Amino acid sequence: MLADTATSPSTTAAPAPAGQPREGSAARVRAMAGRWETLLVGLIVATAVFGQSVSSEFLSADSFTTGSLDLSEVALMALALTLVIVAAEIDLSVASVLALSSALMADLWNRGLPLEFIMPICLVVGALCGAFNGWLVTHLGLPSLAVTIGTLALFRGLAYVVIGDESVTDFPATWTDRGFGNFAGTFVPNTIVLFTMVAVAFAVLLHATPFGRSIYAIGANQEAARFAGLRVKRIKLILFVLSGTVAALAGIVITLRNSTAAANVGVGFELTAITAVLLGGVSIFGGRGTIVGVILALVLLGAIQKAILLSETISSYWIQIVTGVLLVGSVLGPNIAARATEARRLRSRQRPEEG
Amino acid sequence: MSVQAAPAPGSGPIEGAGARRLTERVFRVRELGIVIALVLLIAVTAILEPRFVETNSLRNLALNASIFAILAVGQTLVIVTRNVDLSVGSVLGLSAFLAGDLLSGDQGLALPIVFALGIALGAACGLLNGVLVTWGRVPALVVTLGTLYAFRGIAFLWTDGRQVNAETLPDAFLNLGTDSVLGVPFLVLIALIVVVAVGQWLRDYRAGRELYAIGSNPEGARLAGVRSDRRVLTAFVLAGALAGLGGVLFTARFGTVDATAGTGYELTVIAAAVVGGVAIFGGTGSVYGAALGALLLGTITSSLIVLRVEAFWQQAAIGALLLVAIALDRLVGLRVDAALRRRSARRVG
Repeated sequence: MLADTATSPSTTAAPAPAGQPREGSAARVRAMAGRWETLLVGLIVATAVFGQSVSSEFLSADSFTTGSLDLSEVALMALALTLVIVAAEIDLSVASVLALSSALMADLWNRGLPLEFIMPICLVVGALCGAFNGWLVTHLGLPSLAVTIGTLALFRGLAYVVIGDESVTDFPATWTDRGFGNFAGTFVPNTIVLFTMVAVAFAVLLHATPFGRSIYAIGANQEAARFAGLRVKRIKLILFVLSGTVAALAGIVITLRNSTAAANVGVGFELTAITAVLLGGVSIFGGRGTIVGVILALVLLGAIQKAILLSETISSYWIQIVTGVLLVGSVLGPNIAARATEARRLRSRQRPEEG
Repeated sequence: MSVQAAPAPGSGPIEGAGARRLTERVFRVRELGIVIALVLLIAVTAILEPRFVETNSLRNLALNASIFAILAVGQTLVIVTRNVDLSVGSVLGLSAFLAGDLLSGDQGLALPIVFALGIALGAACGLLNGVLVTWGRVPALVVTLGTLYAFRGIAFLWTDGRQVNAETLPDAFLNLGTDSVLGVPFLVLIALIVVVAVGQWLRDYRAGRELYAIGSNPEGARLAGVRSDRRVLTAFVLAGALAGLGGVLFTARFGTVDATAGTGYELTVIAAAVVGGVAIFGGTGSVYGAALGALLLGTITSSLIVLRVEAFWQQAAIGALLLVAIALDRLVGLRVDAALRRRSARRVG
């Protein structure tokens, strides 16, 4: 699953986009992989056309507002998760950190603390959760898939320990309005403005800093990265801390947006977030993928959801089916194309010898 | 703690046998560890609350763990090959509803047919997963995350909000969920048969050993002539079939089924296998361990309820247990690796 990065010359993932263009199928596959974002844009346009044909409301400010609002938290978590997955690790505990943050918010609010104090505390707790994951992965050398399945249960459990099965709804309107409202009279929800800011920060971090480049190096070949002098453990630890912090931020957002805090919020969000990341062209084996791709994947998922929800004839259950098929197709398609190219190359090489 | 089933270069038959003996011993110690944890847990709970060891309560415990044990067996087959199947919960949901739908439509339908169809549906889902992983070269995590959604969506479309209720199911079927054969509940009996059959197959048969080889060292296994794709496909089909069986049993046990049956089971099942000593990166672990892991997780839940520990601690306890289990495995694994290295060093020298 995730372990093959260093050992096997990867059969599934196309090589890094930075390579020199070469002759032959590899270069073509490489070019195709580079165009994954283009394909996503195409799919988004197709979905938009489809959505507009289904309902004239699709391309309206209103449907953008409602459609994007529902994805806010998953979108936030997907950003930090992108970095984690590029480094060939995974964090399944994000939705549980979200719940723990929401539960903590409720508990501290019940104890009479002002929200301005509570929110930083939630972020710190999220960072600590991430640090715990990161410590287990980097210092004990445990596989992140197993660790974060464990902390998925652990953190969700702690959320229940903090507030049980009650829910808290009496948050002050000034803050819940901010969570639910639109930005300065536009049709863009505040949460999406927040997402945009976080997205820009992560895009810069991943694509324009030495730290970001070392994430790719670690994901592509951890051993080589270590021999090249990168502090692999420390970088991975930071990534898990970032993931935990952003998940806690998402917990604050979902609490304010719904003006409800409960321990059972966001069950299963981790899988949606991972879906968005992988659909965005990030390789599950690490070392490849962009923030832009992930954002496009989020837009695509949101658009599909909205189109199907607006349609009166298509059952909303199709959302799950389409999501699943897209996810598998996003990896299967390039693989089949690469194989077809390879077969053609072999044939064309054999022909002169035969003749 | 890695089972070096693939012939390592330069290892003579004697040394190989010694290594096998060592790793087998570790296996047994590992499983013994879970058994001891189980016994301790039951003993402590029984001392604090004697009603816990009444037949009825233990029976319920075993019944609840049975379905999870069957799923954990299937999951083990897949994880051992260095893959994973996240779609088991959705497959279970599909076949649970199939069983319920068939029987409420025709009460007289022969039960073996229902079981066969449920298992076949599961196997078909597993086949799809396996083909995408082997032929399509798509990582198992991606494939089964996708089919987790797709199968669940199909279940929703198919049920269309309907629900199968116990009243519409024939008694003969529902009794399967509660009846006993020679004092052993039928569900537990099925789980035991599955565990032993698959356990021996994985332990002693060539195909089973090759699953370990693939998981330990995919490239090495291929060079040694193992037909990896075919074996991995088999593992996925079996995991799907067992999830299908689990679905039919789910309906028999609970009577009420809708499209959400089995939601979220995948992580519990993986947790059970990992607690049972199945390494998430393949090559290590046994079906017996996984089944014991399922039983241990089930027992923790029940004993916390009996002890009236706030139910809210359950998940936290299970998460903590999982972390402890993998941390211990890691420590033991390092020791065993060192021991194996010392052995081969001695032979060379």
